[in-house]
Amino acid sequence: MIGPIISSGIISPAWDNIFAVLLGMGFGFALESSGFSSSRKIIGTFFGYDFVVVKVFFTAAIVASIGLLYLSYFGLVDFSQLYIQPTFLTSAIVGGIIMGIGFAMGGFCPGTSLAAIGVGRIDGLVFFGGMFMGVFLFSESFSLFENMFYSGSQGAKMINEAFGISPELFTFFLVLAAVGMFFGAAWVQKKVKKVEY
Amino acid sequence: MKKIKNDGSFYVNPYLGGVMLGTVLLLSFYISGRGLGASGAVKNTVAATVNIVAPQHVEKSAYYCQFAGGDKEPMSNWLIYEVIGVLAGAFISGIIFNRLKFKVEHSPKITSRRRLIFALGGGVLFGFGTQLARGCTSGAALSGMAVLSFGGYITMIAIFGTAFVAAWVLRKNWI
Repeated sequence: MIGPIISSGIISPAWDNIFAVLLGMGFGFALESSGFSSSRKIIGTFFGYDFVVVKVFFTAAIVASIGLLYLSYFGLVDFSQLYIQPTFLTSAIVGGIIMGIGFAMGGFCPGTSLAAIGVGRIDGLVFFGGMFMGVFLFSESFSLFENMFYSGSQGAKMINEAFGISPELFTFFLVLAAVGMFFGAAWVQKKVKKVEY
Repeated sequence: MKKIKNDGSFYVNPYLGGVMLGTVLLLSFYISGRGLGASGAVKNTVAATVNIVAPQHVEKSAYYCQFAGGDKEPMSNWLIYEVIGVLAGAFISGIIFNRLKFKVEHSPKITSRRRLIFALGGGVLFGFGTQLARGCTSGAALSGMAVLSFGGYITMIAIFGTAFVAAWVLRKNWI
């Protein structure tokens, strides 16, 4: 079956939302069981006492990138049918900086706050509630940010193109970088004073 | 499956967790042709709510009208269903690993109140940032990285780079 199996018509689009729930369950389970329902565990990455975020995030990125390259190589997935995050350079950077400050203040990102809500963390619920306010503020003040929102458009640009190398070679370097980070994280964690949480 | 904590709960090995997360992400692309997300559901809920309260406002807004109004159904959206699944999946994990409990998690050096104020502020900023960057850590960064999107990598670096600096500034809240 050539993926994505919904848009290629193998399975009725009516199944898409059912798969959405199932995939979401897998997502939530993976996040919570790894410890992403705890803001103090997540934030450990920034102080060096717990690198779970680095380990889980980059392992997941490697697994999915390599998996997609293999599926594409064997003709099992039509890459042109996949949603590729478009690149708008200015808003990606400015939005990322704002999110980074929110991350350090709240200790969650949107997905992990949902995992925290799922196990009853009130701070996760308050963070998620704050997101509605932030989205509302942005939407209401859109005219002020409209120019920035659309500036620096580069379409569905791929990172390997930016470096002028093949997707396979880029992914190989990604794996090397991730493994380097995993060893670096283990080394730092040994040096840093333990924090009880 | 080690690191059993005082309260009897434990976490899976982070690399196993990463393989789980990566496999779910891969399946998401293979089945639905898209990555995982979280902030899109908030956007659609906000747009749908504003559409009920003030439909004319939605029509006039250059932002809302992309998601709500007319014959658009912002609440019958893939991301909304996925987010319901995330809550259920986390709940199941909480049962299995013995972590279900209503509490405010915070450093013993700060009060719950301070923790909640910062959580709210963090949520507001994060929500705002997701709209500007067209996605969050999952939708823009992780899912973008899986398909080697340039923008996904840029957003990831901006989020983590800033958070390292900001966490140090706010360290009294955490350590």
